[in-house]
Amino acid sequence: MIAIMRHRRHRLALPLLLLVGLFAAGLLYSAIVPRAVASTEPSTAVADPDNAEQVAYGRELFLSNCSTCHGFNAEGGDVADGNQVSGPSLIGVGAASVDFQVGTGRMPLQATGPQAPKRMPQYPDDQVKAMAAYIASLAPGPAIPEDRWLDPAGGDPGAGGEIFRVNCAMCHNFAGSGGALTQGKYAPSLRDVAPTHVYSAMLTGPQSMPVFGDDNITPQQKQDIIAYLDEVTTESSPGGLSLGLLGPVSEGLVGWVVGIGGLIACAVWLGAKSS
Amino acid sequence: MTQIVPGGASHDEFPGNDVVPRPAGVPDRFENPGLPEHRPRLADIDRKAARRAELQVSLFFVLSSAGTVLTIVGYFVFKLDGASATELEASNFLIGFGLFLTLFGIGVGAVHWAKTLMPDHEMIEERHAVESTPQTKADAAEIIADGIDESGIRRRPLILASLGGALAIAPLPAIVLLKDTGPNPGDSLRTTLWANGVRLVQDPTRNPVRASDIVLGSIFHVLPEGLTVESEYDYLEEKAKAAAIVIRLEVSEVAEEARPGSYAGLVAYSKICTHMGCSVALYEQTTQHLLCPCHQSTFDLRQNCKVIFGPAKRALPQLPIGVDDEGYLLATGGLAGTPGPSFWELG
Amino acid sequence: MTTTAPASRPAVPRATKRTTVDKLADFADSRIGAAQIVKGSARKIFPDHWSFMLGEVALYSFVILLLSGVFLTFFYIPSAGLVQYDGAYEPLRGQWVSESYASTVDISWDVRGGLLMRQIHHWAALIFVAATIVHMARVFFTGAFRKPRELNWVIGALLALLAVFEGFAGYSLPDDLLSGTGLRIASAIILAIPIIGSYMSFWVFGGQFPGESFIPRLYTIHVLLLPAIMLALIAAHLFLVVLHKHTQYPGPGRTNKNVVGYPLLPVYAAKAGGFFFIVFGVIALMAATMQINPIWLYGPYDPSPITAGSQPDWYMGFLDGAVRMMPGWLEFQIGGYTLSGQTLIPALILPGLLTGLLVMYPWIEQWATGDRREHHLLDRPRNAPTRTGLGVMGLTFYCILWANGGNDIIATEFNLSINDITWFTRIFLIVLPPLAFVITKRICLGLQRRDRERVLHGKETGEVFRLESGETLERHEPLPEAERWLLVQHDGYTPIEAASATDANGVRRPGTPFDGVKRRLSRFYFGDAVLPVTPAELAAAHAVQGGHEAIGNGGTDHAISGSADVARTGATRLDH
Repeated sequence: MIAIMRHRRHRLALPLLLLVGLFAAGLLYSAIVPRAVASTEPSTAVADPDNAEQVAYGRELFLSNCSTCHGFNAEGGDVADGNQVSGPSLIGVGAASVDFQVGTGRMPLQATGPQAPKRMPQYPDDQVKAMAAYIASLAPGPAIPEDRWLDPAGGDPGAGGEIFRVNCAMCHNFAGSGGALTQGKYAPSLRDVAPTHVYSAMLTGPQSMPVFGDDNITPQQKQDIIAYLDEVTTESSPGGLSLGLLGPVSEGLVGWVVGIGGLIACAVWLGAKSS
Repeated sequence: MTQIVPGGASHDEFPGNDVVPRPAGVPDRFENPGLPEHRPRLADIDRKAARRAELQVSLFFVLSSAGTVLTIVGYFVFKLDGASATELEASNFLIGFGLFLTLFGIGVGAVHWAKTLMPDHEMIEERHAVESTPQTKADAAEIIADGIDESGIRRRPLILASLGGALAIAPLPAIVLLKDTGPNPGDSLRTTLWANGVRLVQDPTRNPVRASDIVLGSIFHVLPEGLTVESEYDYLEEKAKAAAIVIRLEVSEVAEEARPGSYAGLVAYSKICTHMGCSVALYEQTTQHLLCPCHQSTFDLRQNCKVIFGPAKRALPQLPIGVDDEGYLLATGGLAGTPGPSFWELG
Repeated sequence: MTTTAPASRPAVPRATKRTTVDKLADFADSRIGAAQIVKGSARKIFPDHWSFMLGEVALYSFVILLLSGVFLTFFYIPSAGLVQYDGAYEPLRGQWVSESYASTVDISWDVRGGLLMRQIHHWAALIFVAATIVHMARVFFTGAFRKPRELNWVIGALLALLAVFEGFAGYSLPDDLLSGTGLRIASAIILAIPIIGSYMSFWVFGGQFPGESFIPRLYTIHVLLLPAIMLALIAAHLFLVVLHKHTQYPGPGRTNKNVVGYPLLPVYAAKAGGFFFIVFGVIALMAATMQINPIWLYGPYDPSPITAGSQPDWYMGFLDGAVRMMPGWLEFQIGGYTLSGQTLIPALILPGLLTGLLVMYPWIEQWATGDRREHHLLDRPRNAPTRTGLGVMGLTFYCILWANGGNDIIATEFNLSINDITWFTRIFLIVLPPLAFVITKRICLGLQRRDRERVLHGKETGEVFRLESGETLERHEPLPEAERWLLVQHDGYTPIEAASATDANGVRRPGTPFDGVKRRLSRFYFGDAVLPVTPAELAAAHAVQGGHEAIGNGGTDHAISGSADVARTGATRLDH
């Protein structure tokens, strides 16, 4: 008999075994399931609708990966109208939309549902830029933002915070931790989102998100928001663990579980007879 | 009377027991076996265990002292002069953890001392009935009766009546004196700064808004022009009634009733929820719904912001808009309803 | 050794030298009669159980709130006047914020230990209300509210209510975006009050919302009024505990007429005193390691912006959940006036009803049982199945409302639709509490029956032996006296019988119209009670092999051997 099996009838044996099993299952899960990575790191590739080669490459990619939903000419359609395809038209959405949707893995759409979730990006950045160039060549639309608007150091987090609270916090939460919309839709967390995608999302208004054109939130203001988000999502929480920055709900949960639970544990120890 | 079978008392009628023949000598109810035998602790019988416990207790107290030192050191180490978040976190942790050690050390030391070393023989104290004896109660009743009698209040109804009247109305000044805590509401709940000709400016930049700036699918948060901190208005109070939003719909999407107040598909509505006054700011571009994050009241833009879900009842009042000759948006009248939560006189 | 001559004063033992302690003791005694106090109270006995510490957690958190609160008052400025922030936190620099907000951010970022004190204060507040509720639950489920402690129960219920208001006032003082939104909702609730609502709102806020008066007024309420009232109530609460002496769990040696435990000096002085430091230490650790209420991130209160996940602190969550559940059609126009049912019901009527029921419960139960004796022994919850069921039902109701208060967080974290969650909780609120009552009551009755079985049959030893006839039996060991006592010491209750219309002399018995209600209530409470085992039943069990049928089923139905009644009443079939 293996030495450890001598303890198989110990009263802690079953709980311990359960714990080991849970741990093993979790370990296996995290090893196998692909982690949702941050949006694609921007490369030096640029989406240029005047670059015929890039546009042609983009068109090829589009035809093989996107046309089944968006139509051969990106004209979109609705099955309800008797079309073969069901997806919005991409004419006029601009390179920024493509860079955002494909670069954050939302497109190609994995499954229908209330909303397209952020996933691991399916294409390397140069291909994303190529598809963006192709779509941009179809009709004018929002362009991918220039790098000078994307550096958090060039923005004022104070001004950004003020604009963020008026325009963004109601959906994304005061610290960008995300929030609920109706019928299962949601505003996602803004943690680990590349500045270019933050900018593009504001510019193009993906899914339920409103469009914040440059007349609404100017490029400088967008950069201020990027600076604010950078500060909030990367800065440490001075009070200790951030608890998700979700507000009183998580604080109450912790207060009960850690606070009351811990104090009851102390009380039980206090009242127990010493050996 | 409820049949109660009190512990230890004999009781003649016990329905459940009627059928069971009670053998002679067997009592009605079980007797309390008395305190169990005292079980000594390790520290009671083993000298070395007691010494070990003593050392453990002292160790906790020493740990507490270390914590006190850590707290004071932590206080002085970080100056917090224009601190970064990391510095503040370190300061908070050092002082806090030191404080934890200080307090927890004393606490655990004291409790461990009581548990292991102080005598743990269970002791018994008798309770006295809370209720007084009949004699005491009679005495007390007599004292009170004498007191009332001696006061003479029973024999002098005039005193009683006038005293009662005086005491009854004496608290009234306390209520009346509080009247100045606030003005009467008057008209203020219904009136806002919006009126014909007031420009819409963006919140928080205060830039005026051109109709052409607003594209399909976007939302502008606006305020009446002139409402700033430095203005003569009660800034936050007026803002709490006047905050509004402008959205561009397709012209065909604008509801019938909203057409007169709209401009080329642009519609403006009060942002203040008609339920409890939160900011109805969540605009869902795809469904053209407005959602309030407090209690999830949902308003449909295509139906003139009628409520389609949640506890709100009244639609968001529309702000009628037009453009001036420079193309900037302005209000063409006041809000088409009372903004904010309902109240009795709302009508 | 002494002389026989009459002494002019009593013989005083002369110590060789009077120490400082002796002198101090004399000082105290000649001024306040300290010796009497020491004699009466220093060796008072307190019973020992961890569940008696829950009230202490609440008490100590209150003390911690007072201590940390005083620190905060040295730095906090209770003014709603607008200033431009110029403290250490960069992103807020230059913005127009109220002085109260600016001073709170300063406490967090500019005062050493300030953030720690704020966090200690806030964590202690959460724990204070939580401990109050857990303590209340313990008192409820063990029946400690029964005579003579009904008054203490009422005081406790009031304390719980005041604690919630105090917490609300406290977290609204920084005037940040989140708590300001909460105040907006509070003003809407006041506005909804019929006839006087708008006037009351203007009096409370000193004009239109938000106004400049609410911060200083809330400050006075939070720092002076409510703490003073709560201190007085806590003092009364503790005084009554000392007067009545603490209740104790039943057990060998413990009766309704004694207290078994340990003396105040030295054991409880060390344990209870030490526990204060433990509670304080745990709260300090939480404040050192976990951030709470980061107001600099919320931003100052402004009616225009708002954050997703707008919730009050947890103890008001059930009210928020109730409000979220309401349908909008509950608002009516009556003759030119508006009545907002969907605001009044969850925000005013519901908490009023709940508090009323809570406060009245000891008398409701006393009315149903007719039991007017003093109770100092606690009930094991299983021995009061209806009360326990009602308690669980109440908690289920509360928890469903509480959970709905966070429905948008639940929706985001678990990928659900908030609309669906709202609908589900509406249905759950009606369906789950009665279900919880039934299930809990059945579990209690089952446990009671199992207790009966254990007493009658003894413990299973696991030793199996076989008779010559081939039958296999397990040997049962009769319970030791001490263990058995715990299972049989409780009182059995049976419902009130309908009194006959006339008494023994043929005179008509005066009844009240409520007699029928009282009887029905009594039946609701005790209709299917399981009574404790009596010595006669145990003797019968031991004496006759197969004489199982002679033992009553412990219920009010008579178990007749061999009759169909046995099957019908579900008598404890003591099958082997």
